[in-house]
Order: sequence, then C-alpha cells, then structure tokens
Amino acid sequence: MYSRAYKSVVSVPPLLWVAAFLLLPYALMFAHSLWAVREGIIVHHWNLNNYKTLFTNPVYLEVLSRTLRIAASVTICSILLGYPLAYYLAFHAGTRKELLYQLVIVPLWVSYLVRGYAWKTILGSDGVLNGFLQYLHLTHEPVGFFLYSPFAVVLMLTHIYTPFVFLPIYAALEHIPRPLLEASQDLGAGSLQTFWRVILPLSMPGLLAGATFAFVLSLGDFLAPLLVGGPSGTMIANVVQSLFGAAFDWPLGAAISVGILVITISLLFLS
Amino acid sequence: MSASPANPAQELPAEGAELLEVRNIAKRFGAVDVLKNISLNIASGEFLTLLGESGSGKTTLLRLIAGFEQPSSGEIWMGGARLDVLPPYKRRVNTVFQNYALFPHLSARDNVAYGLRVKNTPGREINGRVEEALRMVKMLDFAANRPSKLSGGQQQRIALARALVNRPQLLLLDEPLSALDANLRKQMQSELKSLQREIGITFLFVTHDQEEAMALSDRIALLRDGALEQVASPREIYAHPATAYTAQFIGQTNLLRGEIRGSIATCGALRWPLEGTDGPAMFSLRPEAIRICTDGKRQTNEVKFRATVRQQFYGGSSELLEVDCGNGQTLRVRVPARGPLTGEHDFVFSMAEAIRVQE
Amino acid sequence: MSANSTSRRAPLLALYAVFVFAFIYSPIVVLVLYSFNRDGVGGFPPRHFTLNWYTQLFADSSIWDSVLNSLMVAAGSVALSLTLGLLAALALDRADFPGKALFRRLVLLPLILPGIITGLSLLMFAVFAGVQLRLLTVFWGHGTALISVATTELFAGLQKLDRAQEEASLDLGATPWQTFWRITLPNLKLSLIAAALLIFTLSMDEIAVTFFLIGRDNTLPLEIWARLRLGITPEINAISTLIFAVSVALIVIWYRLRARSLGDRSQEFLEQLGETS
Repeated sequence: MYSRAYKSVVSVPPLLWVAAFLLLPYALMFAHSLWAVREGIIVHHWNLNNYKTLFTNPVYLEVLSRTLRIAASVTICSILLGYPLAYYLAFHAGTRKELLYQLVIVPLWVSYLVRGYAWKTILGSDGVLNGFLQYLHLTHEPVGFFLYSPFAVVLMLTHIYTPFVFLPIYAALEHIPRPLLEASQDLGAGSLQTFWRVILPLSMPGLLAGATFAFVLSLGDFLAPLLVGGPSGTMIANVVQSLFGAAFDWPLGAAISVGILVITISLLFLS
Repeated sequence: MSASPANPAQELPAEGAELLEVRNIAKRFGAVDVLKNISLNIASGEFLTLLGESGSGKTTLLRLIAGFEQPSSGEIWMGGARLDVLPPYKRRVNTVFQNYALFPHLSARDNVAYGLRVKNTPGREINGRVEEALRMVKMLDFAANRPSKLSGGQQQRIALARALVNRPQLLLLDEPLSALDANLRKQMQSELKSLQREIGITFLFVTHDQEEAMALSDRIALLRDGALEQVASPREIYAHPATAYTAQFIGQTNLLRGEIRGSIATCGALRWPLEGTDGPAMFSLRPEAIRICTDGKRQTNEVKFRATVRQQFYGGSSELLEVDCGNGQTLRVRVPARGPLTGEHDFVFSMAEAIRVQE
Repeated sequence: MSANSTSRRAPLLALYAVFVFAFIYSPIVVLVLYSFNRDGVGGFPPRHFTLNWYTQLFADSSIWDSVLNSLMVAAGSVALSLTLGLLAALALDRADFPGKALFRRLVLLPLILPGIITGLSLLMFAVFAGVQLRLLTVFWGHGTALISVATTELFAGLQKLDRAQEEASLDLGATPWQTFWRITLPNLKLSLIAAALLIFTLSMDEIAVTFFLIGRDNTLPLEIWARLRLGITPEINAISTLIFAVSVALIVIWYRLRARSLGDRSQEFLEQLGETS
C-alpha cells in the first residue's frame, strides 16, 4: 500500500544517520581496541596486545570481578525489592493500584545525579544517617564505612534500578490471565504452590528483562563509584574513563569497552 | 482528481451499461494463490455481492479494486479506463470499511467532509454536500459527535455518508454489517437496499452471510478458494446451483449421489426417468421440494418414496424432518408445521426439482 | 481480579511494600528537607528553616548558564531525535530494506548499552573527524543516542494505529502526503508527546555521554557534578529540589493530558469497537 518513494523517504535518512553516527563510532571503538599507543601517539598498528593485557593483568581482572560482584548484588537486591512490590501492586493493591504504580514511576524521572547526591548526603560521616544514629545515641562516633565503599555503590545503584526492575515484572504479572490462578486453585494448589508453579514461571520473562537491565547498566556505571564508591568501590568503567583521560591509553580503554559491550550483548541474547 | 461535477448523474454510465470489468485477475501472497484468474463484470447501478467463506479471497478482490493491493496479474477497467494502475486516491471508488475506520480525532461531520476537503472543494459546496449526505443517512443530529460517542449503527451510517458524499461511481462495502447485532443488521439491510435504489450508485458488497447476500443483491458472485464458483441472480443461484458447493453454501439442500443408466436416474432408493449419458451423477434436492404424500398418489412428473421419520426439528412456521429411506440414506424434508410425526410415510418430489450439479 | 483469593489482604506483603516505598523515597525526602535547613547538609534533625540556599542559588549565574545550555541541548535533541525516530519508526513499520534487523538493533543500542560506551564511541568519532568539542557535539550525541527512545515509543504508537485509517484516507482521495499530516500524525499525537517528554527529561539528566562530548560550556548535570567534586553544599540540594519539582510537574501534566485525551476518545472508541465486534 505504501509506494516505493514513501518507503525510501522514511528509511533513507535514519539509515544514513544511524550508519554514520552509531555504526561507524562503534566500529571505530573496535578498531581502536586493535591499535596501540607509542610515545603518547595512537598508531594504527593492528594487534591483540590490548586484549592480552586485559586478560593477564591482575589489576584489571580484580576490578572486573569486583564490578561483576557489584552488578550481581545490585541485580539481586533490586529483584528482592522490586518483585514483591510488583506482586503486591498486581494482586493486592485493589483500587490504589494506579496511584501506587505512578508512585514507583515518579523517581524514574528524578535526575540520576540528584539521587546519587542524596545518598552521599545521607551516608557521609557528617551525613544524615550518622546524625540520626547519634541523635538516637546508638553511636557516639560517626560511622565511616557507610560512604566510600562497595556497599554504598550497591545501595545507590539498587535505589536507581529497583523501579527499572519493577516495571517489566509488574507488566508480566498484570498480563497473567486471572482465570489461570483460579484454575490452579480449583485444581487444588495452595497460594504458595500457585505462586511457584504458575505465577513465577509466567512472570519469568519480565523478571529476566528487568534483571538484565539492572545488571548491564550497573556493569557500565562509572558515576556511582566516583560519587559514593571511593577507591575500594572502583569499577571497570572507571578504569576505562581514566584510560581515556589522564592515563591516555585509548586503545586499552577501547578494548575494555569492547569487553563490556560483548558481555552486554551476550546477556541480551541470552535473556 | 478534480472536484466532482455539479450533477454526477451526467457522468455516470447509463443504467445497465458495463461499469467495472475485472479481467483475469490473480493475486499471490508469497506461495499462496489468494485469487486465481478471476473475471467479473459489474453493470452500472447494480448491487453485486461477493459471497464466500473467510479465506475465499472476497476481501482481497475488494482491496484490489479499491487500490490497497496490486494484482499479481490481470487488469481492472472502469468506465473504459485502466483502474489497477491508479493509486487509491485517484480512483472514483469509495469504501465502507469493515470496522468503519472512522477517524477518531475528527467529528462525524469532519469525517464526512474529509474526502471533499482533501480535494480542495470550495467551503460552501462542502457544507451543502455534507449536510445532504448526513440527512440521507439520518445523522444530522449527531454531526458534532466524535465517533467514540456514536453507537455501532450510527458509526455505520457515518461511514456510509463519508463514502457517498464523494459521489463515487462504485461503492465498495466490506462486510459493513458484520459488527452489528441481529436486529440492527436487518434494519440496516433494508435501509442500505433502499438507499442504493434511491441514489443509483453501483454497490459491490462483500459478505460471508448467504441470507444477507440473497436479500440484498441483484447478482451474487460466489467465491471459493480464490475462484468464482457461480455468478447469478439470487433466485437463479438458489434454484439452479451449478455445483454441489453452491447448493450447499446457499440454503440447505440434500445432495444425492447416484448414477444415470439407460435414461434412469438412481440415487439409493430414489429412481426417476432422466435423459442423459450413462455415468455417475449428483443432484441437489431442496428440503422444501419434498412433501408428505397423504393420499399415497403421485402426479406423473413426481417421484414417490417411502421413508421413516427419525428426527423432527420445530422451526415455527415450518419444521424440518430427517427421514430414512432405507440403506442409511437420509434426506431432509421441510414441511409446514403440523405437529409430531413418527413412523413410515410416503413422500413425493417433482423430478424437475432434482437439480443436476457438478461435484 | 474477581477471584477473592487474589485480592485477599496480605498484611506482611503490604508492610514490605511500604518499606520499599520508604527506601525509594527517603533520599528524595532528605534532599528536599535539607534544602531548607539553615545548618546545611547533614546532622539530625534538621532545624531552623531557611530559604537562604535558594536565594544563593538564584544569584548563582554559572548555574543558570548551565541550565540554559541544558535547555538548548534538550530542545534540540527533542527536535532531532523525534524527526529521525519518526522516520525510523515508519521505516520499521512499513518498509522492507536490506539490513532491517541490524538497523532495528543498532538504533536501540544506546538505550541498552551503558552510557560510557556510546559516549566514548562518539568521542572517538568526533576526534577522528577532527570536530572540536562544544555544546553542539553534546546536542549531536544526545540527539543520536535518544533516537532509540523516539523510535521505540513511536513504533509502538504506529503498531496500535489501525492501518484501515490510512486506507480510508487514501480511499477518500487524500494523497499519501495529506494522509500523513491529517491522519497518521494526529493519531500519533500521544506517542509524540510522550516521546518528546521522555527525550527532554533524559537529555536534561544525561551525564555519561555528555561527560565525553562536552567542551568548555557545562550542562546542568555537569555543573552539579563539578561542584560535587569540590564538596557538598546545600545549594545543590536547592537546585535538585527544583529539578525534582519540575519533573513532578511534567509528569502531572503528562498524565492529565493523557487521561483527558484518552478519556475523550481513543479509549472509548476502542472499547466500543471491542463491544460491537
């Protein structure tokens, strides 16, 4: 029904734009990862040394494993918070469902930086939490380990990604036809059995989508560690950032980026 | 397309002259032959119905004529000019869509005015013609409403007005009544029929409902698996179905499988004289063509048989019997309502009512 | 929801939901509260209400310069990504071309990938092309990355659009161009507004891509970022509270808009269609 002219008018401009300004830059990233730096200049000498460094240097491996641990913790915490919330809204919230749903959405619109900053003011040694604890006379000295630790990074990222995890789970739960639950009970399954045998499997796609999202975005985060992580909370993206900055080793930075990209894309394919 | 002339009647071909000609049209979607070599003529002022089951290709044929699909081969001509090469917006053909496809963001009036507006018709003329069209479908009072505020029947009327206001040479109707409930449907059938007589525009109507097709059409084109099974007037197609499929699809019938040998037709227990070459044959015998023979006598041109009543279905003014002629041969007989009936009886039918059909 | 068993009260679960909400909202509450605290951030409980931090903020010209920069970038990104996203959505919905599957995935990548990857790739491209980094490069980066959002949102809108609407328009004599303006676009209005709001918000808040593409002028998030590195000041609480207020206002406007126009027609229309067919 649409003419050839119509089809080319709508497809050519975005195709060209995306090819030039997305495909090419990503390709350039890959190319850089195969180049080298000699005396502070990037030379187009094709080699695999950057990847070799990445897989043999214990510093990178340690940061990478910490990053994976943090991302996994964030994912698990977000699910532990997001799934019951979604379940409550989908099945028990009654008429307040819509309002509560909006309440979960609102923080999504609030600046990432602002939320991160809020945690910094809460967790700091002269922050709100320490002030609160001393006010209650639970502690007399400020507790130092709240801020600038992997814990703070996990807390902040969990706070950011819980609504993201909530959304697809809630959508999946809402789409479960209610007669299925009645059928399950009719066939003699209790609430818990209905949950394990019907609800959980049917909400699994939503759960996986949310989990993938939280994991991937935590994996590549470099702002949370800078804000609340401190040296012990450094993540892989911070390494990339410093390689592109002060350390000036773009090829190595590009190689690590390609690594993150590969992990991301393979996760997306799996889920 | 330029603005329509003040008097469209002058431009229309004379009543009965050929308006649309479908020549050897075929349509393939991938490996599927949706339409196979269809040829069909529609006369000006005619009410022609494309009848068929879902998947028979009737809607595809309609969309080819409207211009939403391109034929894989063949041509379509209208008023002496090639139609299939034109884009939909250059065809003097308008469509009433199955779910009306009214524009939700426009009022009923603006929906009707749409076709005139996009052709830059002068404002005064638009107002007059929209008014006229709305009056014609009795929707003047609802003109300001959005489609969402209209009932199904009202939406249907607006869809009709929106198409007719453009004074098309041919109006295509794609199962326009299928979304309405039974009562409203009957009423709209009657209005549609009188409207068509009144304005004299050629209607090409698509439906899967054989009763609707019989009630409305001048001619019915029965489609089966993308091919035309039979094209004829409702009376003709009912009285003289060409094939077993037609006989079964249109109305109820008894299909009798048998043979002709030595100028005698034999179908199980039934035998009657019939000229024809020897060989297998099939006949369609309508249930109402059979009657109960109370006095045991038959006319010379009638066939008599004895059968046992097995089932009786009450249907108000008439009832349907299932009778067993022996050897498991079952026939359906429609008789005037007459109360419970059991046991063996004599039945007769006129030989001329057993219509020989192709398998 | 008719099943009694599924709407049964679940006090433990409700309590847990309250806890999650508290977790989600406590930082925001703290932030807003301390923007009015005379003694600055930290300490408990907050005492002595003040508007000083706001007065200080309003006098701070470099913050407002950065706000202006952010607004310009966001407005430009909305225009750019909405235009390209609309075309891309139309292409995905109705055209077949070689590499369509790849194109669909590529467009979405910036949405799925960590921002640093897209940011660095664009940086390398800019350096490679010899482009000097300035506000324009930020606009280019945001506009390109956010095509993903526009495409997803508008593609979903197109999928909901009844194809027969456009056929009806063509059938009534409108050219494809007229049909696009009179039927397709008005039907996409909600998706267009939603996409525009989303792109605007995301651009206003973007850091990862901006971080690598920024020249001398700062956007608002980067200005805040720069100050954060120097230390915490309640002025940041004040600007964050304002950002929060604007975001909430935008959300409320959006829901009002959606509720009204939905209630007005499309929803009922669809319901009616559902009933009759």
